[in-house]
Amino acid sequence: MTEAANLEAELIEAVRAAPDEAALEAIRVAELGKKGRISELLKGLGKMTPEERREEGPRLNGLRDAVQDAILQRREVLAEAATTARLAAERLDVTLPLRASPLSRGRIHPISQVVDEITAIFADMGFRIAEGPDIETDRYNFTALNFPEGHPAREMHDTFFLKAGADGTRKLLRTHTSPVQIRTMEAMKPPIRIVIPGKTYRQDSDATHTPMFHQVEGLVVDRSANIANMKWVLEEFCKAFFEVPSLNMRFRPSFFPFTEPSMEVDIQCDRSGSEVRFGQGTDWMEILGCGMVHPNVLRGVGLDPDEYQGFAWGMGIDRIAMLKYGMPDLRAFFDADVRWLEHYGFRPLDMPTLFGGLST
Amino acid sequence: MKFTLSWLKDHLETDASLSDIVERLTAIGLEVEHVDDKAALAPFRIARVLTAEKHPDADKLQKLTVDAGPEVNGGKPVQVVCGAPNARAGLVGVLGLPGAYVPGLGTTLGVGKIRGVESYGMMCSERELELSEEHNGIIDLGEINAPTGTSFADWAGLADPVIEINLTPNRPDATGVAGIARDLAASGLGTLKTPPVNAIEGEGDCPVTVAIESTVCHRFALRRVSGVTNGPSPEWMRRRLQAIGLRPINALVDITNYITFDRGRPLHVFDAAKVSGNLVVRGAKAGETILALDGRTHALPEGTCVIADDAQVESIAGIMGGEHSGCDETTTDVLIESALWEPLAIARSGRTLGIITDARYRFERGVDPAFNEPGLDLATRMVLDLCGGRPSRATIVGEVPDTRREIRLPFTEVKRLTGLDVSADEQVALLGRLGFAVTREGDAATVVPPTWRPDVEGKADLVEEVMRLVGVDQIAPQPLPSTGSVNGRILTTAQVRDRLAKRTLAGRGMVESVSYSFIPEDHAKAFGGGAEALRLENPISADLSDMRPSLLPGLVAAAQRNAARGYGDVALFEVAAVYRSDEPDGQIRVAGGVRRATAGHAGSGRSWDAKGAAPVGVFDAKADALAVLDALGAPVANLAVEAGASPWYHPGRSGTIKLGPKTVLAEFGEFHPNALKVLDASGPYAGFEVFLDAIPEGKRKATRTKPVLQLSPFQPVKRDFAFVVDEATDALKIVRAAEGADRKLVGEVRVFDVFSGAALGEGKKSVAVEVTLNPADKTLVESDLEAVSGKIVAAVAKATGGTLRT
Repeated sequence: MTEAANLEAELIEAVRAAPDEAALEAIRVAELGKKGRISELLKGLGKMTPEERREEGPRLNGLRDAVQDAILQRREVLAEAATTARLAAERLDVTLPLRASPLSRGRIHPISQVVDEITAIFADMGFRIAEGPDIETDRYNFTALNFPEGHPAREMHDTFFLKAGADGTRKLLRTHTSPVQIRTMEAMKPPIRIVIPGKTYRQDSDATHTPMFHQVEGLVVDRSANIANMKWVLEEFCKAFFEVPSLNMRFRPSFFPFTEPSMEVDIQCDRSGSEVRFGQGTDWMEILGCGMVHPNVLRGVGLDPDEYQGFAWGMGIDRIAMLKYGMPDLRAFFDADVRWLEHYGFRPLDMPTLFGGLST
Repeated sequence: MKFTLSWLKDHLETDASLSDIVERLTAIGLEVEHVDDKAALAPFRIARVLTAEKHPDADKLQKLTVDAGPEVNGGKPVQVVCGAPNARAGLVGVLGLPGAYVPGLGTTLGVGKIRGVESYGMMCSERELELSEEHNGIIDLGEINAPTGTSFADWAGLADPVIEINLTPNRPDATGVAGIARDLAASGLGTLKTPPVNAIEGEGDCPVTVAIESTVCHRFALRRVSGVTNGPSPEWMRRRLQAIGLRPINALVDITNYITFDRGRPLHVFDAAKVSGNLVVRGAKAGETILALDGRTHALPEGTCVIADDAQVESIAGIMGGEHSGCDETTTDVLIESALWEPLAIARSGRTLGIITDARYRFERGVDPAFNEPGLDLATRMVLDLCGGRPSRATIVGEVPDTRREIRLPFTEVKRLTGLDVSADEQVALLGRLGFAVTREGDAATVVPPTWRPDVEGKADLVEEVMRLVGVDQIAPQPLPSTGSVNGRILTTAQVRDRLAKRTLAGRGMVESVSYSFIPEDHAKAFGGGAEALRLENPISADLSDMRPSLLPGLVAAAQRNAARGYGDVALFEVAAVYRSDEPDGQIRVAGGVRRATAGHAGSGRSWDAKGAAPVGVFDAKADALAVLDALGAPVANLAVEAGASPWYHPGRSGTIKLGPKTVLAEFGEFHPNALKVLDASGPYAGFEVFLDAIPEGKRKATRTKPVLQLSPFQPVKRDFAFVVDEATDALKIVRAAEGADRKLVGEVRVFDVFSGAALGEGKKSVAVEVTLNPADKTLVESDLEAVSGKIVAAVAKATGGTLRT
């Protein structure tokens, strides 16, 4: 009786003191194993009288259960401690800096980004994107666009020419994206709604002119498109592109060989500070040229100007990028200085959409 | 085109303010570029310093007393404190009184006390009045012929605002003040009052005859005025000419310049005494030169139209006169020329000679052919009025070309093209005010443009005339009709590919560059270009001469520029065109990129988690190229990769990615040292080009449904094999052979180890692959595995001669 009680107290103490899993297991084997002390005591029950058994049975079973429980509890404690120790040993210095991810290092050039912005806006108005070659013929670049013989733009000081071929004709680098108007009208019948972004070339070099630059051209030809529609398209475009709720635009009569009537468009802005602000101020900034497609141009592609009509416009992509995003010098666009590109460039996943906003 | 407000008002009766006039000019298509309005200077007066003594309490200041005329301070001297070093007794300058706004300072003057001395005004510098940047001292007018108290602006001719318009090339009529006034009057801003030109008969024949031997000259009118007195032109004329930036010369010359701007009609005057014999209009002969009025001797290209006398060339037709027969103060007999030249020919001569003059500006746009003789009469009248003399009859040769044309204008045309509602009556009235002869016939009109409007050819031009006078701002924007449905895809496959390629490469940590399409000739030649047909005849500089055959030279050069700035670890890409020929289909789209130094995909430079800073190499470029191909939907798993690429790549560290035996989709690799040498580039470089147009476009399927997904219930099994092969054997051959050993069972074949060593034997290497087996219908047992292993080993042996390493 006291023996059993003493034994229980002794064993539970031993279990609690077991320093690790192995010591605990040793106790279990020594007490509860086949040859263990408690097991031996339990085996003794068989030799007892029923009265003794009724007395000793529950006591010994109680002893066994108590020791078993103590071992289980101790095991959990030890496992927990072991895990804690392992985790402590696995500690790393998480403050170690990592290299920037490729997505955060990569950049999209502002010209590509602005072309995507333009595309998103005009897609919404039912336009599609057309393109054409940089190396053009005199016919597509000038004649078909109603440039008269002797027009100064046809001279060497304005236009880049390639070496003359064996037949004496010389190709040129297109001076505007307008040849694609002709190529498109030759290839498809109205109704036509296209926007034409692309590289263009002129003999020019200063802070706002580079020998290569980018233009975006638009063309609408159907049976009813008129200047009122053109004003709407251009006003909607400018508001959407510059992301301002309203914008004052001034359409001035002007002159281009391939449109009649022709206009230049200014945007009201504030240029007093270091950046241009639209929707305020009293200055006017020229932004694009436009007009009704000249009857001679329509005739040239086999369209009757009394039946078909339309409008076209063109503007500098680099220029509107500079106005929107504030780059001061056009030449830097083409210098590939990674500092400039990192600063003015866009992240790979900043895809301009109308549903997510053009810029973020 | 510049003119002054008072000049305009010689031709236009109007009460409109300067700002209204300026606004209207721009609104009708005569864009005002600049207005120089010195109205703010009205309160400043001419004043004489009477005394100047040192300021009692300041070393650099003086206390002046200034006489500013009888109207100021009751005629008594005014005390002014002044810091200008040139202030002294006797100086005549410009005084601002309290209340005057000083534009250059942005302040309004008040009575001030400077170091205890009161100052009742300010003697101004040119910068303070925004006349120039001069600020070393106050304005010193010297001894002038004007009393103190006179308005400085009036005296200096600054009171008349100068308007400069940016004239479009189609409007020769607006190269004269009279034409501009006509436009303004037609728009409703006043009444035109240009005085008519009265014909002058003259007495006796012009003693000099003219022969036209050149098609450049349509008509030539010449008159002699004898007995003139040539001296300075009157002050009003000199002021106007000065205001628009011309230097007055003498009355005879100034008259021609004045009429050039007043009527858009250039003229020329010869000193009759210096002309030998008669005049002939002809092409220049080889070797002829002329000392022109610009003081330079011009070599005349053969055939350039000139006016010559018996001795020499006296004038370049339509562009500039010669020094020899020019008029000066000694001229007593003058020959006045009014001629009509062929615009294109004048433009060509002017460009060839590089001479820009007010005459050329007008002749190349096309002067009014009907104003040839009136121009001569007007000049004669002014010569008679200003210089006296007796006119001869005019010698007139040649024909005025008949430019009369009729345009039929349906009145609905304005509405059709512009959306504007303008009544027929108003259209007729507007065109009439511009000088068009309009005959109404029911719903349309027959319109004859005036002789001064060579630009108006068709009804669209007439619509523009009506529109600009009514006002473009009257056109209310109208939405384009909606297409009535959700817009479908608007980009072509090529355009989609451009965008995907850009975003893919940027997503790999590369930075997009946009560079010029033309590169130096030696760069082009080193990268497969340099064809004559792709070389510019007139490059802007020698190193922008050839259309690029490849994006790589531009990219490497750009990376090298960054390296020179201290940014050597750069990864740049460009998606753009390269040029294989001058035909449209010779322009092909390429996605190219270069990585320099240590700018790999994971990042550049040293980092604690990487094994040092590894230089970029062929496999960086290969990964970039494959990433683009994969993003663009190329069948990457089936592509052939072959060792070697174009000659500008490292022969042993480059590759070509092909689809089938012929279609090259991409090249990648490190560069040949010779190519880098041409580019003047150094440092580890790896680059690639993906030829976007070469990627086949997948067939558009009728349905977007994807094939049914078959999932195997059996686990995949992995087996490793190591093959010993010749050093030169392509690893890809082993992979492809293993893949082909059992198409049903063999899935991915991954190379996980490559090594060579003496143990393998000379010229051998070991390539270890991990093969994934995908059982479709049962769990593989040992015999199945043995069977497929045997097939794999046999296939590899057959393809490469390789043996299983034991």
